[in-house]
Amino acid sequence: MAADRSDSAGAPGGAPARPRLPGGSLAPRGSATGQLAKIAVLGLAAAIALWAVFPLYAARQWTGVAAVVAVTALIFYVYLSKRAVPAKYLVPGTLFLIAFQIIPVLYTISTSMTNYSDGHRGTKEQAIDQIEASSVERTPDSTPYTLTVAARGSSSEGELVFLLTDPDGDAYAGDTDGLQPLTGASVDPSGKVADAPGYTVVPPSEANARSEEITEFAVPTGSGTGIRSSGFSSAFEGRSRLAYDAGCDCVTDAESGRVYTADDERGAFVAEDGDRLPQGWQVDVGMANFARFVGDPETRSSFLSILTWNVAFAAGTTAMVFVLGLGVALTLHTREPLAGRTAYRLLVVLPYAMPSFAMFLLWKSMFNADFGLVNRLLGLDLDWFGHPWSARAAVLIVNIWLGFPYMFLVATGALQSIPRELVQAARIDGAGAWQALRRVTLPLLMVSMAPILVATFAFNFNNFNAVWLTTEGGPFPTDSPLAGATDLLITYTYRLAFGVSGAQYGYAAALSVFIFLIVTVMSVVSLRRSASLEEIHR
Amino acid sequence: MRIRSAGLAAGTAALALTAACGGGGEGAEQPQGSMVIWADPERTDALQSFADDFGEANGVEVEVREVATDTIQSDFVTAHEGGSGPDVVVGAHDWIGNLVQNGAIDPVQLPQDKVDALNEVAVEATTYEGQLYGVPYAMENLALIRNTELAPEAPETVEDLVETGQRLQEDGEVEEILGLQVSQTGDPYHMQPFYSSAGGYLFGTDDQGNADPSDLGVGTPESVEAFEKIAEFGEEGKGAFKRSIDSDNVGNLFNQGKTPYFVTGPWSLASVQEAGVDYDISPVPGFEDGGDAVPFVGVQAFFVASGSENKVLAEEFVTNYVADPELSTALYEADPRPPALTEVSTQVSKDDPDVGKFIEAGADGKPMPAIPEMDAIWDPFGKAQAAVIGGADPEKAVDSAAETISEEIG
Repeated sequence: MAADRSDSAGAPGGAPARPRLPGGSLAPRGSATGQLAKIAVLGLAAAIALWAVFPLYAARQWTGVAAVVAVTALIFYVYLSKRAVPAKYLVPGTLFLIAFQIIPVLYTISTSMTNYSDGHRGTKEQAIDQIEASSVERTPDSTPYTLTVAARGSSSEGELVFLLTDPDGDAYAGDTDGLQPLTGASVDPSGKVADAPGYTVVPPSEANARSEEITEFAVPTGSGTGIRSSGFSSAFEGRSRLAYDAGCDCVTDAESGRVYTADDERGAFVAEDGDRLPQGWQVDVGMANFARFVGDPETRSSFLSILTWNVAFAAGTTAMVFVLGLGVALTLHTREPLAGRTAYRLLVVLPYAMPSFAMFLLWKSMFNADFGLVNRLLGLDLDWFGHPWSARAAVLIVNIWLGFPYMFLVATGALQSIPRELVQAARIDGAGAWQALRRVTLPLLMVSMAPILVATFAFNFNNFNAVWLTTEGGPFPTDSPLAGATDLLITYTYRLAFGVSGAQYGYAAALSVFIFLIVTVMSVVSLRRSASLEEIHR
Repeated sequence: MRIRSAGLAAGTAALALTAACGGGGEGAEQPQGSMVIWADPERTDALQSFADDFGEANGVEVEVREVATDTIQSDFVTAHEGGSGPDVVVGAHDWIGNLVQNGAIDPVQLPQDKVDALNEVAVEATTYEGQLYGVPYAMENLALIRNTELAPEAPETVEDLVETGQRLQEDGEVEEILGLQVSQTGDPYHMQPFYSSAGGYLFGTDDQGNADPSDLGVGTPESVEAFEKIAEFGEEGKGAFKRSIDSDNVGNLFNQGKTPYFVTGPWSLASVQEAGVDYDISPVPGFEDGGDAVPFVGVQAFFVASGSENKVLAEEFVTNYVADPELSTALYEADPRPPALTEVSTQVSKDDPDVGKFIEAGADGKPMPAIPEMDAIWDPFGKAQAAVIGGADPEKAVDSAAETISEEIG
């Protein structure tokens, strides 16, 4: 769309005058298409904002509402004003950077300071509700009743009454005052009351609409016990064994008299002997998660060896895929006519096109000691995943096989952008093929390849799948089932956070922050170094 | 003026778009009294027709939603936390400990006569801290399937089995003695019959009959002895247990006649039948001088979500509707695992002897512990087993596993 080049209502004010564009008064400073596109995009922004605000409003999330309003206002201001020209270019990128990079990092950091994990997910109120609800116990040998939910007056609003039929067929009416015999009711063979004078039977769908009332309703039958519903056609006599008392901030067991006091540092109700109720809540724990990782003797002894292997794995993969990818690219980058060049290229790219998930599993079975293709083809009897070094070699082989096609693609593109005349000139000046590659092609190539190598390194540094789907980090030394020979930091920390004791998100977040710091330092250092390569262009 | 017109147009476009979205949203909104059940893909279809009947009888809508088997528990907990979970969930009993500590399910108050109609082990499995948390409908446990062409007689002991297997191996008839999945990281579930027969246990039981996390069986002298026994049959010993056999290749080994024995559950029957192997089923044998081989029993059950907004319906469905012979039979037909209703399992065993044999193999089985502390067991314990099978020192392996586990349990 050539017309778009003219302006999108954001050209610098001092731009030289241009011929009037078609579109008349509709597009005095831009094309009609540009104007329409702008209206559509701003409209979309407004629509997204409206769509986001209603649920936030309903949940009373005022900070969220304020953020949405502020961002939308900013977008409208920037794109409707004639000033703020640089902002027009910066706003989208900055917003996405904040939304997809900065907020997740901040969220991870804030999670790392909590005990968010299985058993500590919700609030204290939720935990108390659930503790009381799950402690309702049937009185042993009590009568099972058939229940008919009824109401005095309107079935949707009237006061609830439980019409109960015992196994002998005697009917009762129970309300908050207790149980009275019910007379004049017609009871069907299943025990359900079809009709009773003075009561309106509540049909199932309406009973369901009153779920909250019905599940909390109990017909008192004695001290603490009551007849409660179980669905809308059966009822039982029982009582809630555990009760929360806000006065002492504790839960008391009515049966054993045991007291569980709230421990707001652990997020759990704990008895004097250390026994705790399973339902806990989320609390802030400060730096405890970090301290736990740093202070763990197991971690201290294995961290360095894991980090070393992790760097070796990432560096080794990057170096090998680079050499292999570039080698293949150079081979196919010949001026001589090469029959089936496209076919070769397609074949080389194939591993890249396959789903890596399936490929890892396939390679895992190919390395199987007894039934694997590798051992059978090579006539070996090697337990690949049973020894540290063979397992490391296997993981590297798989990862290189999967990784080099990408490097091949990038190298091919980069090679094609280097003028052949340069190499030719070098050759005329007397350089050998190796010298020309080393002194001319490679330096030019590195300018475009270096950032990709850094990215490859950073990606492989955290290449969870390559390890988890092949060796699961193993083999493990007999004396330590937590740190394996092929473990990367990410697989090791995943095992610590999720593998051994349910999901521990707080701990996992703390570990992620560690890894984030390590990768950041490494990336900064290597990007600095690769920047020096760009000096060639100056 | 120009700016204002652009703003106005943008506002109008926004309103139009919201209106369009709003329209779609209203259409998708569920009518009042609609209940959602989460189940794994195998059961969804069988459940739907019963769910429809239940809905029709009560004037509500019931939707059975398919959720991937291996993520259903974590998805459920996450959805519960976000307040958008289902009303009823169908799953395995060993989730109960985790679901309870996350407050995701409510106890079920089942009348005594309904409890009595269920298999005792199934009720024991779904009872946690003295409360019944789910209504069981199916059970499963390991048994030994053998290729009757290669091994006509059911082995009485592991030693018997190995003898037959080794003879067949020497004759070149089979490649492996036993199809038992171990893998590089171990498989405590499949190893449990052998571990228990050799005298090992995972957790003791407290006075309520629950697994007791303060009595850890890993690291005790019994567990070291059990591992020594397992090592005898490992790669450095008789070669019956091998790390190279894993869940990916074990089925093929048996189905292609490369091993005469296969330790597995009812879920493998279909593929064995398809492969056309002549087979018979017997309990997993124990060691000659050991105790009984006690496999874990896993129970599938219906749970009431505590976050349900249709709790009256959900409770009604779970307490008064699912412990029903007809539904139980339909679920059995969709996925043949022994039903938990005694009446139905007797009937089904008559029609299909295989099911009867699986039930028999699991008659003395113990429910898999449902306490959250079990999570700390699987990984280190499995690795210790794999290490010992590979020839590592049993005592060292058990001790390091025990140390890791007790550190995690605290």
